[in-house]
Amino acid sequence: MKISWLSTLAGAAVIGTFIRAVFFTTLEARQGAAQKIFYIHVPAAWVAFLAFFLVAVASGVYLWLRDPRLDRFAESSAEVGVVFTTVVLITGPLWAKPIWGTFWAWWDVRLVSTLFLWFIYVSYIVLRGAIESPELRARYSAVLGILGALLIPFIHLSVYLFATMHPMPIVGKPSAPSLPIGMLITLMISLVSFTLLYFAFVRARYNYAVERDAAAARAEHDA
Amino acid sequence: MADILSAAWLIARKDLSIEFRTRSAFFSAVVFALLGLVIFYYAWDPTAVTATDLAPGVLWVIFTFSGLLGLHRSFGVETADHAIDGLLASPASREAIFLGKAIANLIFVGAVQAIAIPALALFYNLRLGAVAGPLIAIAILAAIGLVAVGTLFSAMAVNTRLAELLLPMLALPFFVPIVIAAAQATAKLLSGRPVIEVGAWLKLLLAFDIVFVAACTLAYPFTVED
Repeated sequence: MKISWLSTLAGAAVIGTFIRAVFFTTLEARQGAAQKIFYIHVPAAWVAFLAFFLVAVASGVYLWLRDPRLDRFAESSAEVGVVFTTVVLITGPLWAKPIWGTFWAWWDVRLVSTLFLWFIYVSYIVLRGAIESPELRARYSAVLGILGALLIPFIHLSVYLFATMHPMPIVGKPSAPSLPIGMLITLMISLVSFTLLYFAFVRARYNYAVERDAAAARAEHDA
Repeated sequence: MADILSAAWLIARKDLSIEFRTRSAFFSAVVFALLGLVIFYYAWDPTAVTATDLAPGVLWVIFTFSGLLGLHRSFGVETADHAIDGLLASPASREAIFLGKAIANLIFVGAVQAIAIPALALFYNLRLGAVAGPLIAIAILAAIGLVAVGTLFSAMAVNTRLAELLLPMLALPFFVPIVIAAAQATAKLLSGRPVIEVGAWLKLLLAFDIVFVAACTLAYPFTVED
């Protein structure tokens, strides 16, 4: 199997980011090594939002232009988005245990919203798997892709209103506005490298969808 | 606009008279709601959690699940003999079909609530009289949002391989803001807080209703075109 230049570049960028994050970025004074997970968690969250935003955009344009390429892109982006959301949901609690003293915190708006985000797009993938006709599948998923994006602010707001009635964490949040410059650069590099990784994954997943659809068309032609 | 509404009302009446003559979904939803109220009571230690603390969560979780029973039937009845094709071939616009289905579902869900809420007051020994006004407002706002999203997903779910299994999975994430807002607002009311404190939750429900009634009505035609 041929490995594309984009995957190679993205892989190298991510490895480079981690080398810089682990060896060449200062330790956070209070959190120590636990803070390093920041350079996976934050870019993964960024990619997840980018992925689902692009699903909604591709879905909207699909309903207008009816180009199957847009549907394949939405399919690929949603799946990659779910993978990165899973990374966010694993790294968040891993960091929270030593720092907050608990794996899961219902008062943390972003953590809980991310969980619901994960549910929405997992059901998006299940919906796709439950429809045989490619045309019907594309339309239904486009509708869900758009409605899912409309739902996100409501979930965020309702969890926020819920959380503000509960005690807030005692230990400070990691996203202090005054991030030291060295850490900020590492964070920016991680955002770029994860975005490259997103495009590499989506491209690979998209190419798979093209071949699968072509194979299905051939099978139908032969039958 | 007027002809959309009159066509919608005809479709709603058709669905309601089918339901009124068979009463299949209505009775199962009511019995399900009553069973839920009873079972939930035993899921907590009554010496640790008072019925007043328990009631709001129980009410809105059961409301959501019993609503799903009715919503599934909404487009389920149209699959027999491809009845949906007849409906789509009629001069009624797609938006009118969606609104008609949604109105019938709203009346269905409202009727289940009209039995479940007094039953909750009876079983959990609550004094709802003083908070009846705001509680009814919450119930109506919650029902509109639930029905808008649920009707659209019911139309989609019947055409998939998983059918009724898929509806809860699609719809429940969308019911999360409704359940949080309705349950928190009800909890405030039951603990004797002033109505002004539930204002933010009511606004959230209202905004949800406006966005999703509009979005689902516009999205429905895309799910039925052929």
